[in-house]
Order: sequence, then structure tokens, then C-alpha cells
Amino acid sequence: MAKQQLNRREFFSFLTVGWVAFTAATAGLLSLAFRFSYPNVNFEPEMEFLAGGPSEFEAGVDERYKNGFGVWMVKQDGKLFALSNICTHLGCIPSWMPAEKKFKCPCHGSGYYMSGINFEGPAPRPLERYKVSLTPEGKIRVDKTKVYRYEKGEWNNPNSFISV
Amino acid sequence: MKHFINIIADPIFSFPIFSLLFFAMIKWYRVVGTKKFAWIFLAISVPVTVWFLADPQFIKIILWPDNIPINILVILIVFLTWFPLYKAAENDKRLEQGLEPVEALPENREKVWAWPNLVYTELFAIIAGTIFLVVWAIIFKAPLEEPANPTWAPNPAKAPWYFLGLQEMLVYFDPWMAGVVLPGLIVVGLIAIPYLDTNPKGNGYYCFQDRKFAITGFLYGWLVLWIYLIIVGTFLRGPNWTFYGPFEYWDFHKVVAEYNVNLSEFLWLKWLNTSMPKNIFVREALGIALTFAYLIGLPFISLKTKFGKDLLEKVGTMRYYIVIFLVISMGSLPIKMVLRWLFSLKYIVALPEIELNL
Ligand code: FES
Repeated sequence: MAKQQLNRREFFSFLTVGWVAFTAATAGLLSLAFRFSYPNVNFEPEMEFLAGGPSEFEAGVDERYKNGFGVWMVKQDGKLFALSNICTHLGCIPSWMPAEKKFKCPCHGSGYYMSGINFEGPAPRPLERYKVSLTPEGKIRVDKTKVYRYEKGEWNNPNSFISV
Repeated sequence: MKHFINIIADPIFSFPIFSLLFFAMIKWYRVVGTKKFAWIFLAISVPVTVWFLADPQFIKIILWPDNIPINILVILIVFLTWFPLYKAAENDKRLEQGLEPVEALPENREKVWAWPNLVYTELFAIIAGTIFLVVWAIIFKAPLEEPANPTWAPNPAKAPWYFLGLQEMLVYFDPWMAGVVLPGLIVVGLIAIPYLDTNPKGNGYYCFQDRKFAITGFLYGWLVLWIYLIIVGTFLRGPNWTFYGPFEYWDFHKVVAEYNVNLSEFLWLKWLNTSMPKNIFVREALGIALTFAYLIGLPFISLKTKFGKDLLEKVGTMRYYIVIFLVISMGSLPIKMVLRWLFSLKYIVALPEIELNL
């Protein structure tokens, strides 16, 4: 039985083709895997938005900007402020319970007063507040890049609320 | 009766009850580890389970697709706890009579080839496991929810079932502790066990008498601090992570009055009747001192006891401190749970300014 022999040159071209194919397949697979690790839909709330005029708000918690921007607008004791909706324990999203007048976190049961102060559950510190300012047109601009933390005494900062 | 069970299922009662039952089981392992006990237990638990299942609220929670694995787990755990105790009780009795353990009998020392004996068994296990998973996947639909949304969370928001023990732990701890430090210690500690345990007894056979501390310590962490917490997190935590008894309707508006206080607030506001000091470390001085006393003082105190001396002698200085440290960190969980229930104590050291809360 005559076995067909590859000569040196043919052997190397086979080897090259094989390696190129293998590398291409691996690279393709890896890029697919890489693409897979990015979500198809990625909803990131805006970091800055306009929230209507101060006169639009009634005393209490306003949930209009919660789902779109992750912010509760709260009007309490002559102050209007933007409260973050991220639990300070492990970052779940608490819900506002109008009947009990508190924010309650579904993950480990932390509770916050309307002002954002924590009083029950494991949350170690109050909810954060965001920077609010008035535009020349009299609208409220909420800037989520600047946060004000109660335990650092920052809630007295005039940028953290609007007097109404 | 149902009302009573709803009440005692609350961790405030069920945790001590469960702990006591655990220690009773360890103490009387020779009673528990008999076939007679197992049959009696089964004979009692079947009608009790049926009675539980007759309750619409209970069955709703049990049959929730997420919870099926935990039902299976609970049954398996009961059996897998009993079985080694049974084996150990048998061997301990033989050892006391001066006989060798069952595993050392000639008929049990016979050797077989890995191929085909082991490989065939494994093959069948793989096939059976696959069939089981396929059937399961057909019967129970995957509980998929809506796409992730950073401004909204389901209520109750539950971790995967195997993490529910951790989630329950987070109720009592800062995320840094219960999310990073303690799980890290659990993993490291489990890896370290073979290096810490120098006891040659119990190698290749079941026994309890020769390994009391090792078995009790491990089983307490496993059964009470892990499995029990998973059960609580799964079946007894409803909306807002509020406690609901097994027969209780998951009412979204159930209010549990709870007001948690840090140790520093107890000290300055309540006991000393002054205002909180400005310097954060002075403010938390008591908590920091207590933590150090717990972590550093306790190993030395335990050296004074007979148990500590024995352990030190058996395993050597280095191992002794590592073992005690691991035991102490494990103990921090029940301690913090009890303090929370009794005094609504939130954090012993509360330094939110630098994200450190113990
Ligand atoms: S994340 Fe809100 S209580 Fe833990």
C-alpha cells in the first residue's frame, strides 16, 4: 500500500492553514463570549435632569422622578430636596409606603423616614441627597453627581435643598 | 395551634429553639442515631407535614418555583445528618467494647477496581441526575422576572436560594462584614480545616467520641448558622424582608415596630445622658474596646479553661489561635442576632463616616 507522503513544503502550508483556522475560530468564540457579557438593554438614568418648578410640589414625597431618574423629590418643613433611592446598606431600591410614611427596603428591611434618616434595619446611614438648584427659568435642576451625606453634616449645605 | 406556630417560628424564638434542639441532638446522638428513632421521627413527621401542607398559605410558599430546591435540601439534610450520627453511634459502641470500627471489618476492607465499578456508578449517577433536571425543568417553569431596572426592585428581593443564609446574615451586619469578611472567613476556614485538624482519629471510619469538638463546631455552623438561616430567609421572610409565620398571609402592609440603636447612642445619650462627642473615635470608644476585648482577650481567657489548655496542647500555639479566631468570628453572628432581638442594637462600632460598622 503506497502511502501518500507530504513533502516539507506541503506540510508547512497545511500547518499554517490549520493554525490560522484554529486562531480565527478561537478569536471568534472569544469575541462572542465578550459580547455576551454586555447587556442587550442598558438603562442608565440621566445624571442631571430638570424637575419642574418648586410650586408643582406638594408637601410630602413625590414619586414622579423615581422610576426615570432614581430620585424622590421631598418637600418637608419648608425645604425641597432630592433624595437618592439607593439603600445605604447594600444598594437595593427601597419603596415609599405612604400609609406608614416611610421608605422600606425589600432586601434586608431597612426603614427610613421621609427625611431620609434611617431608623430600622441594618442601614448604617441615611439616604443621600443630591444637589438641587434653580435655573433662570425657575425650574429645579437636580445634579446627581454631587451628593450630600447627613453623617458628614452636609445637609445644611444650601446647595442640598431649595427653600420653599 | 397555627397561631402558636406562627409565633414561635419567629427567629427570636426559633433560633434558640433550634440551637437547643441541635445541642440535644449532639448530646443524645446515640438515641438519635438509631433506626428506631429514625422510624419514629418519620412516622411523626409525615402526618405533621401533611397537616402543614393542608394550609393554603403554607403550600403556596412551598410550591413557589424558587423554593423547590430548598424543600429537597431540607429533606436531604435531615437524612444526611441522621445517617453519620447513626454510623458514628454504631462505631462508638463497638470501640467502647474494644472492637474495631465497622469499616475495618474484613468484609468491608475488600478492594474493587475503579473501572468498571466506580465509573459505572458515576455514569448512572450522571444519567439519573440529567433526567431529574430535565423533568424538573419541564414541570416547573423558570421564575423569570422583568428586565433589570436600576430604579426599581422586586419586593421581597431575594437572593438565589443558596445565598439566602447570607442575605439573612446581612440583616444583622454591615455589607462589608456579612458580604465580604464573614463569607471570606467561611471559605478560608473551610480550606484550612485539614491543616488545623491534626486529630488522626476518625480517619476512614465514622465516630463521634473521638472528634467531639470538631464535629459539634462544624455542624453548628452548618446546620444552625447556614441551613437554618436559609430556611428562615426562604420561607419566613416576605415583603420588605419582614418576618411572616408559615401560615401567615404575606400582607404588604404588615408593620413591625422596630427602632435600632447603635451602642454609642446607648452609651452617650441613654446611660451618660450627654450629647454625642464630636470625635468619631471617642464616640465609638466603648464599641472599639469591646471588639478588641472579644477578638484578642477571648483567646487568652479561653487558655485558662481546661478546654483551651487541652486544645493548645493538642494542636500547638499557631493552630490554637487560628482555630479560636475562626470560632470567635463564627460566634459573632449569634451574638449579634441575640443583641438585636434583646436590645434592638444595631452596630457595636458604627463609623459610617469611614464605612466601617461592626
Ligand atoms: S440593601 Fe436595603 S436593607 Fe440591605
